[in-house]
Amino acid sequence: MIVGEQKPLNEIVAMLDGHHRILISGCRSCVAICLAGGEKEVGVLAESLRLHSALKGKGWEVRENTVERQCEKEWVRELSPLVKETDVVLSIACGVGAQTIQSLYPDTRVLPGLNTSNMGAPDEPGVFKEKCGGCGDCVLHLTGGICPIVRCAKSLLNGPCGGSQNGKCEIGNDTPCAWEEIYQSLKRLGRLDLIERNIPPKNWIPSRSGGPRRIIRPEAVLTKEQKEAKE
Amino acid sequence: MRIIGYVCAHAGYAAADLAGEQRLHYSADVTLIQVPCLGRVDVTHLLRAFREGADAVFVAGCLEGNCHHHYGNFEAKKKVAQGKRILNDLGLGSERLEMFNVASNQAWLFKEVVDEMTARATRLAPNPLGARN
Repeated sequence: MIVGEQKPLNEIVAMLDGHHRILISGCRSCVAICLAGGEKEVGVLAESLRLHSALKGKGWEVRENTVERQCEKEWVRELSPLVKETDVVLSIACGVGAQTIQSLYPDTRVLPGLNTSNMGAPDEPGVFKEKCGGCGDCVLHLTGGICPIVRCAKSLLNGPCGGSQNGKCEIGNDTPCAWEEIYQSLKRLGRLDLIERNIPPKNWIPSRSGGPRRIIRPEAVLTKEQKEAKE
Repeated sequence: MRIIGYVCAHAGYAAADLAGEQRLHYSADVTLIQVPCLGRVDVTHLLRAFREGADAVFVAGCLEGNCHHHYGNFEAKKKVAQGKRILNDLGLGSERLEMFNVASNQAWLFKEVVDEMTARATRLAPNPLGARN
């Protein structure tokens, strides 16, 4: 899932200055799971902003809404009646959600309430760790199901490096060495032969080298007739 | 002065009740809100109380490890910590909000909790929103 965390309250307040009718929009998908932008977090942020407004006499009118998936236009269209009555939308979904709202409502300002961080998962309640770099050329089949691109600080494809000590990475912060984990995983799986294999230099073309990426799935693309029928 | 106390039914409220039975005197400025368990208390409840003009807010419930619902008091502790961070960010000050653990038979402790929060509310500047409500 996409992991993010709320921007500091003073940054949000500064962004909202000059606006009056504010709609806070959350998302029930990834950011709700990482406890950053779901219905509950929308409520807490709304109450914080109402309190700030009352204390500073700003007269803000704060409304709340949480859509199922802010990255899909079908769900974001539900916001239409609320957006009409608002000066600014504060999205606390990921950057994709904020952009989807902006693309559907180009005449209304959309502000990001979250800093979108990474693609990760909770290791334990409240602890979210990055797991995938979205490099576009997955090597998990060679590395025992552990991604060396994001879980190794150097993104080494043939590790470990000399900075691996007692299973920990030299960057500290109790970060495990990804290549130690890969070794242990391959050992458990009885596939230590894979660690002997030299992974060739990675093809970074499917990654961020060529600008915004696009994937087209022909079977899902609407034909001209389907588009007309939908309209 | 307005002080709001969220108290759990099993300990905080029972201690307040016992304080009444024992004729212990504490400030009449406190309003108690009974909740089934402190796990029910949310940050929005705490912030809302300040928006409505409370000068201080406290949360009082079972002793740690003794929650009737196992970990409601630990949940409340985290919510109070979050509320304190927000109050600091907003410039109202985290001292206005506190969490206390009180057993149902500790009426004297409940009185001390109210006395402490009354002292804090007296020491700190009044909540500017108090006059408007």
